Amino acid sequence: MKHIALAAVVAVALGLAGCAKDTSEAKIEDRNPPAQQQQPRTQDSTAGRATPQDQSRVSGNELTDPNSPLSKRSVYFDFDSNEVKDQYRGLLQAHARYIADHRDARVRIEGNTDERGSREYNLALGQRRAEAVKRIMTVMGADGARIETISYGEEKPKSAGHDETAWAENRRADIRYAGE
Amino acid sequence: MMRIILFLGALLLAAAAQAQLTIDITTSGGRQIPIAIAPLAGESAQPQSVSAVVSADLSRTGLFRLIDTTALNPIPTEPSEVNFGDWSARSADALVIGRIEPQADGRVEVRFRLFDVAKQSQLASYTYLVTTAQLRATAHRIADVIYEKLTGDKGAFSTKIAYVVKRGTRYELQVADADGFNSQSVFASNEPIMSPAWSPDGSRLAYVSFDQKKPIVMVQNLAQGSTRPLAAFRGNNSAPAWSPDGRTLAVALSKDGLTQIYRMPSTGGSNPERLTNSAGIDTQPAYSPDGQWIAFTSDRGGSPQIYKMPAAGGPAQRLTFEGSYNVGPRFSPDGRFIVYVQRDGGRYRIASLELSTGQVQVLTDGTFDDSPSYAPNGKMILYEAQVGGHGQLAAVSGDGRVRQRLSSSAGDIQDPAWGPMPTN
Repeated sequence: MKHIALAAVVAVALGLAGCAKDTSEAKIEDRNPPAQQQQPRTQDSTAGRATPQDQSRVSGNELTDPNSPLSKRSVYFDFDSNEVKDQYRGLLQAHARYIADHRDARVRIEGNTDERGSREYNLALGQRRAEAVKRIMTVMGADGARIETISYGEEKPKSAGHDETAWAENRRADIRYAGE
Repeated sequence: MMRIILFLGALLLAAAAQAQLTIDITTSGGRQIPIAIAPLAGESAQPQSVSAVVSADLSRTGLFRLIDTTALNPIPTEPSEVNFGDWSARSADALVIGRIEPQADGRVEVRFRLFDVAKQSQLASYTYLVTTAQLRATAHRIADVIYEKLTGDKGAFSTKIAYVVKRGTRYELQVADADGFNSQSVFASNEPIMSPAWSPDGSRLAYVSFDQKKPIVMVQNLAQGSTRPLAAFRGNNSAPAWSPDGRTLAVALSKDGLTQIYRMPSTGGSNPERLTNSAGIDTQPAYSPDGQWIAFTSDRGGSPQIYKMPAAGGPAQRLTFEGSYNVGPRFSPDGRFIVYVQRDGGRYRIASLELSTGQVQVLTDGTFDDSPSYAPNGKMILYEAQVGGHGQLAAVSGDGRVRQRLSSSAGDIQDPAWGPMPTN
């Protein structure tokens, strides 16, 4: 929870800094004010191509642009649970839309667990978390045929600790796009 | 050329020394057989002490108490030199004597005799003609004979164990003697390795590799070193389990959505046969020794429990009813017990279920115990324990009375698998 809040603060701060520095960028931003995320992404790309010096900032980098929810890739879970909490719906909506809009996008969702319990059962639990994320994204319009779900179980922890802080960090599904 | 060979040799020695497991034993209760193992005449001139390895093997079972034989002078090597009264006075029930004689062709002849001290009778006498490189293996065979003569059960000292060593982000699948010596690296990777599983004839190891950035089941021929993917379907491929005839592997696949159990020929195939069909997770299959059943983990009932089904698939029967987390079943070699991982009050421990009575016994007292694996004689269970945040191997006897801790400075040790009885 606190990771999402922190990321959001950083994203907003970067966004504000961006507006202040780059005046040509500001013209494009006027058509799509940061507060409104309903504007279709295609408008951004078209605008980006029209002004070549901005191309690197807009098209092709939506997935890693800290302004964009697409740069957030992780869904966190409670212990023994694969329930995707409501706070992630916006994030998954953004990814589902991206996948729907980009026919060549191929995605892998990687499920993880904390270190407690049997390794093989944890592999399956991580899988179930990845599947839960995929299911929501397909309901939101993403093509399931282009989404693979795999699990690392407890084998690739992001946090190496042995306490609840570390465990919470590791109970996670990550969204990865092919080519990254 | 010479320099390269020496360099490689040094590397191998270094690797072997580094990965060596040191073993501590604790036992609680039960009678121990007092046995005197005299040094073998001539063994001090050999690169390997046979009596030391035999002593360590027997002592490690927790069933024997070693009678001190260090101050023996002269060392008896023939029956005529044995004073049974002496050994009775030292409280020995059994006595082992022998000799090692170099042969003209550079090999050695190893002879040993086992005596019942009270009855003053010989229980066993064997001679082996071996190379000096085979002295350790010969000592293990001697320990097997002694163990069987005195306990009635087959010894497992000549077996191998497989396990995964993790050092930072480096993973190695290793095979070592059952006492931790002579470790060899079978497969190494910068990605995780899991779940090694021995083929019943000991010639192959199946395991899970994350080299392809997702779990895939590989099978490696140990003698040839050749390896091929067995199951690399969409999603996860894991939990390989060999049928007792070695012709089939059951695996856990998520290719159809959730993790379910399938089986496929050990030679590979593109059409695995699905065995389970539940709305939950079905994983961790294990064949019964008679090949008729597969025990497995399933949370189809809401919490992960142990079930069994016919080996060809079919209605599943639940086996565990205590607690909310019972996973990872393994049959004992005689088929009478299943060991598994049980969570109780936040602690994960190894438990044993007697199938005929439903009686459960918790065998270990760690916090994150996992991956139990039976010795092929059914006497000890090897498993992974967490000590100070690091994985170490441990072993416990089937009745819980004897405990071993196998420590290594090599790194985290996980996922042990005890190999089968040697076929020779």
